[in-house]
Amino acid sequence: MVSGAWEWLITGANWSGEGGAWQRLSEHLVLTVVSLGLACAIALPIAFWLGHIGRGGALAVNISNAGRAVPTFAVLVLLTLSPLGEYGSWPTIVALVLFAVPPLLTNAYVGLREADRDVVEAARGMGMNGRQLLVRVELPLAFPLIMTGVRSASVQVVATATLAALPGGGGLGRIITAGFNTYDTPQVVAGALLVAALALLVEAVLVVASRLFDPVRRRAGAERKAARPGPGAPLHDGEEGKRPSEGRTALV
Amino acid sequence: MAANEWICGEYVRSRQEELFDATLQHVGIAFSSVLLGLIAAFPLALAARRWGAGPVLTLTTVLYTVPSLAMFALLLPLFGISASVVVTGLVLYSLTVLVRNILAGFASVPEEAREAARGMGYGPRQLLLGVELPLMVPALMAGVRIATVSAISLTTVGAIVGYGGLGNLIYSGMEGFFKAEVLTASAVCVLLAVLADVLLLGLQRLLTPWARHRTRAARVRPGKAG
Repeated sequence: MVSGAWEWLITGANWSGEGGAWQRLSEHLVLTVVSLGLACAIALPIAFWLGHIGRGGALAVNISNAGRAVPTFAVLVLLTLSPLGEYGSWPTIVALVLFAVPPLLTNAYVGLREADRDVVEAARGMGMNGRQLLVRVELPLAFPLIMTGVRSASVQVVATATLAALPGGGGLGRIITAGFNTYDTPQVVAGALLVAALALLVEAVLVVASRLFDPVRRRAGAERKAARPGPGAPLHDGEEGKRPSEGRTALV
Repeated sequence: MAANEWICGEYVRSRQEELFDATLQHVGIAFSSVLLGLIAAFPLALAARRWGAGPVLTLTTVLYTVPSLAMFALLLPLFGISASVVVTGLVLYSLTVLVRNILAGFASVPEEAREAARGMGYGPRQLLLGVELPLMVPALMAGVRIATVSAISLTTVGAIVGYGGLGNLIYSGMEGFFKAEVLTASAVCVLLAVLADVLLLGLQRLLTPWARHRTRAARVRPGKAG
């Protein structure tokens, strides 16, 4: 069976042309990027604002719990049958955004609220105003959790975009559903391997990005080079990177 | 009937039996997945505690990242068209949350409690079953609740192999553009998830009678893990 799937994957004809794997892959990537971008544009400003003023915690957590209870498949089908269904990819994009918002909102909110209160108070004492406090203190400290939210959301979006194939949307899921319709198990497995590889690749890219761009880690690293070992970092490197992922909320 | 409304009492009345059977299959698949997940998660968590959590957590995270449709498709050659495909996929997903929360549960047991038990002559097995397990119930149950709610929602995707419980109705409603069937099945599915969550919360209260007397502020930590 694995050899059959491999056979499918190395056959050029399966990749090219209308409905080929390249087209499905690019559809999948476009859906993912557009939806994730829209979801960030909606969720992050709200989370930053709520986290900064310290209100709406119950809202942020409940939205995340509710998001877990609602089946993505059901929402995709409901939106496709709704009047929105006449507008091409929009039912898919709306569903993807709906499921990407909760992890983004919750993690960013929690990240901001859990920013070390002593540091925030010290910054306030130094005369920073609300805007400076948010941009120069709270956001850098919340960065790891914000990125955890982005990762959870992207896992969610890649998975939901796959499901979008069931009600006839685009993306790599179409290879799987087409295989099911023609009882072509090698194609089903090949499509699944492509989807899994894409999901893992997206996750890996974001893990690397969150380590490279973490403002606190970068500063700590620079200081460590300059002087004695940085304070308050007893965890060794691998562990430190893992820590925030405990807050993941995605549901696939 | 012919109007194809979203809400249709006639549908619920005439297809009562079908709805009931689908709900039963749905609950069966989701429940057995979480149960098997728990059975698998404990040895994994114990192994992670003894030999380091890195490999186990990496493996479960990788499994979690695989989209559900792909997961079921990959399991298809192993089991053929059967409920095992769906149950196995859901078990693998539940491991991520359960192993993590069991480890968090072990970490939440106060070292003094362990010391006291050892001082009273508890062996490793008694320590685990008599002290650590009861004290980790809140963290464990937080994980079980998340795993259960996710499993109920993900069971719908099992419709691709014909074992999706209410998902089967959503699938057939999708193919026949039958709005009432889709909305009713979706609503029942969400209700199931909420009901399961409430019941598990009740079970957690029953299992931790000592927590009732404590102030709520004393246990803020669990809940948002996972």
